[in-house]
Amino acid sequence: MPDQVGLELIATALGEEIPGSVLETAFFRAQAGLLIAPETVRQVLAALRQSHGYRSLMSVHGVDYYPHEPRLGVHYELLDMERVDRLTVKLRVPLDQPNIESVTPDWPTANHQEREVFDMFGVHFDGHPDLRRILMPEDYEGHPQRRDFPLGGEPVLFTHNEVGSPGWTR
Amino acid sequence: MDEVSARSEYRKLEESITLSPLEEQVASQRDFSGGTTEVLTLNIGPHHPATHGVLRLLVTLEGEVVRDLRPIIGYVHTGIEKTAEDKAYWKAIPVIERMDYLSYYFNALAFCGAVETLLECEVPKRAQYLRVIHLELNRIMSHLVWLGTSALDLGAMSMFWYCFREREMILDLFEQSSGQRMHTRYFQVGGVIEDIPLGFEAKLREFMAIMPGRVDQYNDLLKRNEILLQRLRGTCPLDEQSLLALGVTGPLLRASGNPWDLRKAAPYSSYEDFSFKIPVGTVGDNYDRYAVRVAEIYESVKIIEQALDGLPEGPFITEDRKIALPPRHELATSMEALIHHFKLVTEGFRVPPGEVYYPIESPRGELGCFVRSDGSAKPARVHMRDPSFVNLQATAAMTRGSYIADLIATLAMLDPILGGIDR
Repeated sequence: MPDQVGLELIATALGEEIPGSVLETAFFRAQAGLLIAPETVRQVLAALRQSHGYRSLMSVHGVDYYPHEPRLGVHYELLDMERVDRLTVKLRVPLDQPNIESVTPDWPTANHQEREVFDMFGVHFDGHPDLRRILMPEDYEGHPQRRDFPLGGEPVLFTHNEVGSPGWTR
Repeated sequence: MDEVSARSEYRKLEESITLSPLEEQVASQRDFSGGTTEVLTLNIGPHHPATHGVLRLLVTLEGEVVRDLRPIIGYVHTGIEKTAEDKAYWKAIPVIERMDYLSYYFNALAFCGAVETLLECEVPKRAQYLRVIHLELNRIMSHLVWLGTSALDLGAMSMFWYCFREREMILDLFEQSSGQRMHTRYFQVGGVIEDIPLGFEAKLREFMAIMPGRVDQYNDLLKRNEILLQRLRGTCPLDEQSLLALGVTGPLLRASGNPWDLRKAAPYSSYEDFSFKIPVGTVGDNYDRYAVRVAEIYESVKIIEQALDGLPEGPFITEDRKIALPPRHELATSMEALIHHFKLVTEGFRVPPGEVYYPIESPRGELGCFVRSDGSAKPARVHMRDPSFVNLQATAAMTRGSYIADLIATLAMLDPILGGIDR
C-alpha cells in the first residue's frame, strides 16, 4: 500500500496529467483509495499503469450507495506486483446516467467482471465487446444487487403442468 | 385456457432468447483457409462430468481443433452476496463459506479478515496459527479433489480412490476440530470458534507422517506415466504476460514461472513465521500446472508441521466481548457476559463505516473479499473476487488451436469451482 504521502503524490501527478480527474483521496485502514471523475476512468487507469507501475487489475466491484447520491459505484483494485502495492480507484455514477467507459480493451481481465457489475447493478460499460448478463438469465428484469431490490419473491418458472393443489391434500 | 396462454407467453419469451448472434460472432472470428472446412458449434454442458460442475461451453470446432470457446455461467448462481447483506456480520459466515465449496476455510478467512480490518480487531497469535493449520489442510484437501477428478478425466480411475482416501483423513480432522466435515464455520471474526480438542494433535501428526509418502505414491503413478505425459506435456501452454493480462493468479500463474504467492508477497495470518518454498513451473503447459499443485501439497504439510510445533499458548479468539461471544461458563455467573451474549446473538456487532478489500491466497489464486460497511450490524456490500471466476477467462486463450481432447485436460488443470464462479 502506498502511505498517505505516497497517495497524495500519486493524486497530484494524476491531476496534472489529466486535469479534473481526481476528486478525492481516502486513506482508510492502511488502504489507499482514489475517487475519480467517471469520464476519465480509462485514462486514469492507463496513466497509473504507465507511470506508477500498477500493471495488474485484480478486481472490479460494483457498489450501491443507496440512499446517497450518486448511487452506483465501481471500484478497480490495482496491484503492482513488483513493489507489492495496492491502490483502489473508485468512481460513482448516477442512476439515470449509469454510463462509463469500459476498460476491457486495455485490461482483458475486466471482461467478465464488468459484465457482472452490469448484471448486478446496471452500470453500462460503453465499448465493452460483449456486454450481456453473466450470472442472471438473459431475460431477467432488474439488477438484483441494488440495495432497493427486494430479497425473495422470485417467481417460480415451469409451473404450467403443476396440479392446482399439491397431492397431499387429496 | 389460462394455462395454455401462460405457457405460450413463456414459450414466446423463451424463443426470443437466441444464442445465434453469439455463435455467428464466434464462427466469424477466424478466417478459415480453403473454404471447404466446416465449422461446427458444439455445446458442452451444463451437465457434463468433464466440466467439473455446472459449466456450459460453446465451442467452435474445425474438425477436432478448437477455434474458439465461450464459457456460459450462472447456472448455480444463488445470490450469496445478496443474502449476506441481510445477515449480521458473524451470521453471514456460513453462507459465504458455501461460495467456493472446496475452499471453505479460505472464503471464511477472506470475509473475517475484511471485517477484522474494518473493526481494527487484533487476532490472537494462537488463533492465527490455528487458522494456518486449517487453511493448509484445506489447501491439501482441495488439491486432492482436483487431482482425483482430473486424473479421472484423463482415464486414471484409481487415482480418484487414492485421493479421496487421504481427503477423508482431512475431513475427519475437520470434524474433530469443529464438528463438521465441510462448511465448518470454524473461523470467526476475531479468531476461531473453539480450541483444538484433545487428540487432534496426535491425529494431525499421524496424518502428516503419512501424507508426503502418499504424494510420493501419486507421483510414482502419474509423474512419468506415458498416457499422462502425452495428454499434459506441451498441451495448451500460455505465457506469463497473457496470464497476467487476463488476471490469472495462483498455481496457473506460478506454472508459467511467476512466483506470485500472497502468502510470501503480502503475508497475512502469520505466514511470515513459516519457511516454505513456492513451486513454479517453466513453460506454463498443462504438465506444469499439474506439477505445481502436487508440489504444493508437500509445502503445505511443511507449513502445518511448523505451525503445530510452534503453536503458541493463549486465547483462541479475541478477548473483545463486543465482537466475540463470551465463554459458556461465564453466562451462569456474570450478568455482563449474559448481556454481551444477548446483544451479539440478537443484533450482532456494529462495524465502523468504510470499505476494505482483503486478498488472500486460496488454492486457486487470489481470493479477495470486498466489504462495505455503513455502520450498521449488517454488511452493506460483500463481494468476492473469486479466482475461478477470473481464471475461467483464460480457457479460450489457452485452448485456441488445440484438440478438443486437450480442452478437457486443460479444463481439468484449470480447476474451476462453479460454486465460486457463480456465487
